[in-house]
Amino acid sequence: MIRSIRILAAAAVLAATGPVLAAGGGDLDAAGTNVFDRASLQRGAALFVNYCMGCHSLQYQRYQRLAEDLELSEEMVNEFLVKGNSELTDYMKSSMPYEESADWFGKAPPDLTLTARSRGPDWIYTFLRSYYLTDNGWNNTVLENPAMPHVLWDLQGIQRALTETETDEDGNSRTRITTLELDSGGRLSPSEYDRTVRDITAFMEYVAEPVILERERLGVWVLLFLAVFTFLAYLLYVDYWKDVKK
Amino acid sequence: MAKPAGPIARTAEAVDDWVGERASVKSFYRKHLSEYWAPKNFNLWYFFGSLSLLVLVNQLLTGIFLTMHYKPDAELAFASVEYIMRDVEWGWLIRYMHSTGASLFFAVVYLHMFRALMYGSYKKPRELVWILGVAIFLILMAESFMGYVLPWGQMSYWGAQVIISLFGAVPYVGEGLVEWIRGDYFVADATLNRFFALHVVALPMVLLLLVVLHLAALHEVGSNNPDGVDIKAKKDAQGRPLDAVPFHPYYTVKDIFGAGVFLLIAAFIVFFWPEGGGKFLKPDNFVMANPLVTPDHIPPVWYFTPFYAILQAVPDKLLGVITMGVAVLILFLVPWLDRSPVRSLRYRSWVSRLALGIFAVAFVRLGMLGLAQDSSTFELRLWTFVYFAFFILMPLWTSFEKTKPVPERVTS
Repeated sequence: MIRSIRILAAAAVLAATGPVLAAGGGDLDAAGTNVFDRASLQRGAALFVNYCMGCHSLQYQRYQRLAEDLELSEEMVNEFLVKGNSELTDYMKSSMPYEESADWFGKAPPDLTLTARSRGPDWIYTFLRSYYLTDNGWNNTVLENPAMPHVLWDLQGIQRALTETETDEDGNSRTRITTLELDSGGRLSPSEYDRTVRDITAFMEYVAEPVILERERLGVWVLLFLAVFTFLAYLLYVDYWKDVKK
Repeated sequence: MAKPAGPIARTAEAVDDWVGERASVKSFYRKHLSEYWAPKNFNLWYFFGSLSLLVLVNQLLTGIFLTMHYKPDAELAFASVEYIMRDVEWGWLIRYMHSTGASLFFAVVYLHMFRALMYGSYKKPRELVWILGVAIFLILMAESFMGYVLPWGQMSYWGAQVIISLFGAVPYVGEGLVEWIRGDYFVADATLNRFFALHVVALPMVLLLLVVLHLAALHEVGSNNPDGVDIKAKKDAQGRPLDAVPFHPYYTVKDIFGAGVFLLIAAFIVFFWPEGGGKFLKPDNFVMANPLVTPDHIPPVWYFTPFYAILQAVPDKLLGVITMGVAVLILFLVPWLDRSPVRSLRYRSWVSRLALGIFAVAFVRLGMLGLAQDSSTFELRLWTFVYFAFFILMPLWTSFEKTKPVPERVTS
């Protein structure tokens, strides 16, 4: 038994080194969100509805579910969050007409319900902090030439890119962005802005999987039950096998 | 015998007699449970057979409930999965149990197969048990591939595109074959519909039939054990093998304990780690299928990656597909490739142990290479070579190696 456990453990270690070797990824900043922080989610919801939902929908998320999960009263959600002609039981859809918006922006603003699961929270957090102004308008170091302008610029202020030109062995020179520098400050200090973006990110994490709040709470009880069950099953096994093991 | 006292007991006995005269329920129970003699020296590795059955039942039950809410339609499929995750009561739990179950199914089946390789469970008289097992593995691969397409995310779509296009490598009829499988000129609604039919009706039936046959074949010849000793050689006066215990209650209680440990791991994943670090549910699959946007990297799910790596190791498309196919089909031949007079690794020399060890490393390493982007061609080929060398050279070392004497009775 001990030996087979050792073999299994060795196999597990071998398999676990895989993701480490496979992982590479870009250099995203850790979002540091806490999806269980209700206040952060509530702030994020307000920010999202004000700044993002003009264009982006959350087509699988209902206002009512949001009210329940974020512990907001239905009156409050109705008054401050529900858009246009929508009702509490509706999905959180932007009022922007989807077809026309493709003509206006070159690309229809994507639905953001599942972005935190497809791109990850770190991507969203870094993306919203990586806009910079060029002579040709807004650009972003995470997503080059985005169709979306920097809608949070009045909060963050205007960043500009500091570049560096390198020459490689073949003599080709290449310009590379080293850092983004705050050129003129916005309404928020840099740390306040980071917190704001973190709130939006946490809210998007919640929206991508609303059950996350329920899931982990319930999981603890399921594991406790199974631990007791397994312990009793073990005692039963030992008792039955007493005579055989002699 | 005394007449039963109350009306309930009398009725129960009457029903029992009535059934007994018409069906051999009791003899079935005796043959497969209370008088199925199983060696008493099963170790940890012997849990994975019953665990596979447990996961199969989980997949069937959760699958039935998913079918009640899922829409097999290219326009609606993706949204219906999100509907299950959000609006269906307990839908999220059923869905995570099904998606986690798929990965765990392969985990326990791979360990179950490795057990057979360690203790020579495929050797005479259990060749048929092994062959049916490999057939189950084949159907399971088809079943999980088609199931993976159903959520209709980007990985579902492009994974299907890549795998189906492999059939295009077949000479002459390749293109026609691919169109026939897809039912359209590209992966589309027709493909999704037929995969749904195959995933929820056709393949589960085949799978169940094969599982029944796998168990029937096993119970005909009896289970092997870590010593590879034939327990039927030594029997007591009543004809019961001396080194065996009745499957029920001994192995039922033991397997319930094993199931408890397994469920602890499974529940941890379902409740705290359902995406499996992007291995069980891939990030890209949270984006709805879009035929116009090809993802940068389309790796298969982790349990297919060893075979995917073998495909990548061969430069020619047709040869690659053939090599990958042979990598699976060669498993059927193992009972005849192994020429050793003993079953268990315990009584073989260091050569067999080393060979199986290196093979296990090759399999895991191939899995890692198949998952990564831009794996080195040299390494892909090296481990593919090792994978096949294990099987091709097996008749050699198993004929020449010096084996140890097998004890007459099981140890420990």
